[in-house]
Amino acid sequence: MLIVKDLSLYFGAIHALHGISFHVEEGEIVTLIGANGAGKTSILCAISRILPIKTGDIIFNGNSITNTAPHLLPQYGLSQVPEGRRVFARMSVKENLEMGAFFRKDTAQIRRDRDRVYEQFPRLKERRHQLAGTLSGGEQQMLAIGRALMSSPKLLMMDEPSMGLSPILVSEIFEIIKTINEAGTTVLLVEQNANMALSVSHRGYVLETGKIIAEGKSQDLLNNELVKKAYLGIA
Amino acid sequence: MTLFLSQLLNGIHVGSIYALIALGYTMVYGIVQLINFAHGDILMLSAYLVVVGITKLGLSPALSVLLSIVVAVVFGVILERVAYRPLRSSPRISSLITAIGVSMLMQNVAQLIFSPNPIPYPITLSVPALNLGGLYLSFTTLLTVVLSVGLMFLLQIFVSSTKAGKAMRAVSEDTGTALLMGIHVNRIISLTFAIGSGLAAIGSLLYCIAYPSVAPTLGSLPGIKAFIAAVLGGIGLIPGAMLGGFILGIAESLAKAYISSRMSDAIVYGILIIVLLFKPAGLLGTKTREKV
Repeated sequence: MLIVKDLSLYFGAIHALHGISFHVEEGEIVTLIGANGAGKTSILCAISRILPIKTGDIIFNGNSITNTAPHLLPQYGLSQVPEGRRVFARMSVKENLEMGAFFRKDTAQIRRDRDRVYEQFPRLKERRHQLAGTLSGGEQQMLAIGRALMSSPKLLMMDEPSMGLSPILVSEIFEIIKTINEAGTTVLLVEQNANMALSVSHRGYVLETGKIIAEGKSQDLLNNELVKKAYLGIA
Repeated sequence: MTLFLSQLLNGIHVGSIYALIALGYTMVYGIVQLINFAHGDILMLSAYLVVVGITKLGLSPALSVLLSIVVAVVFGVILERVAYRPLRSSPRISSLITAIGVSMLMQNVAQLIFSPNPIPYPITLSVPALNLGGLYLSFTTLLTVVLSVGLMFLLQIFVSSTKAGKAMRAVSEDTGTALLMGIHVNRIISLTFAIGSGLAAIGSLLYCIAYPSVAPTLGSLPGIKAFIAAVLGGIGLIPGAMLGGFILGIAESLAKAYISSRMSDAIVYGILIIVLLFKPAGLLGTKTREKV
């Protein structure tokens, strides 16, 4: 479904990603794990075309999207939950969800999708007229996920959805990710919480300073000595 | 009491013009964090277009005004496209200096074409004032206030309930995330410049009816006042620009009547300084904190 080939990216003179290649198959949850600054967010932002790519090719559903205008990507079925939630704080919950469905014109289907989001996140329904900025961190994360789902994506990219949340909320978020995947959406998950990410995903890639240093089935990565030592805190 | 009320009316009159112009500053700032110093000069451009339309092209006043609005809108969109868009990812100081440059360029080109000498504005309204028990309400004041408030009302509806208006708010809050939503950010930015410039052209009409003299520097004073109004109310916030405009207009006109007409501008700037000391983000501005 998604193939990233030899992706390189610079921040000024800094070579941030060195020839990254990976792929995501339909129906999978694939996770990219790695320490802060390893380049995980840069990869997602390069796929979303928010960051300019130096070299490399990104193929989504058989078509190269390397030169596609970024605002067209949601129409192709690619949606991103940005790092740090980034809900529109001065807009209501309902308006945030409307923005998620911005390019769509099928009003009836949009309403059905919104009801489904409300069903999945009843707190959002209760607070639909509240400004998003007044929600708690966990509620904002749910709104960010709900907003991304409103474009009815084929591939959902999630950037650190567990960041800054309490342990109970973290496990709730990972349950939600599983549910979304079981409902038929492919998920590309970027996480610092490697343990959790590997336990919900099918496959994983380990990043270190802009390079992939390990990859495989998540179960195998969980038992990999190197990964255990560096990212799972198990000596 | 009559003096107070009539000065209050004057204040609301000029205040609503400031508010209209301030909307352009604040919307553009809200969406691209740029202080468009050429915004005031769009007033000058529109005024000259009306002059040319009536005296040179022989158009009717209504048609000339329409022409001036259309040209101002197109000019605003092109200005953004040519002068500001290429600098969007550069440091903000670059686009700020570009804006000042555009303003100077426009004033100098106007001097070249029309000479620096002021010429009379060809539209005057000669409808007798309404007498409200000793208090005179001029037709110009009535027209200005009704038109401005009506436009602000429409703008508010546009921003709060249409899809494009909501997208505008989304882009103004977080451009990157708006892009992730599939919002065509460049188109929304063009739309913002179009609306701002259109309001400036209408502001120009109302301003020139009140002060019917057209010169290349016409836009400087109302431009700077409207900019102050936008900052006073909280730059980037549409209701802030309206509030700031009215406060500024009323304060100015009361200061002229009761304190000193020569000191009125100093008093207005003084108000701005005092407000910003206590509310650095403007009257309606707030700092948004990140929630955990």
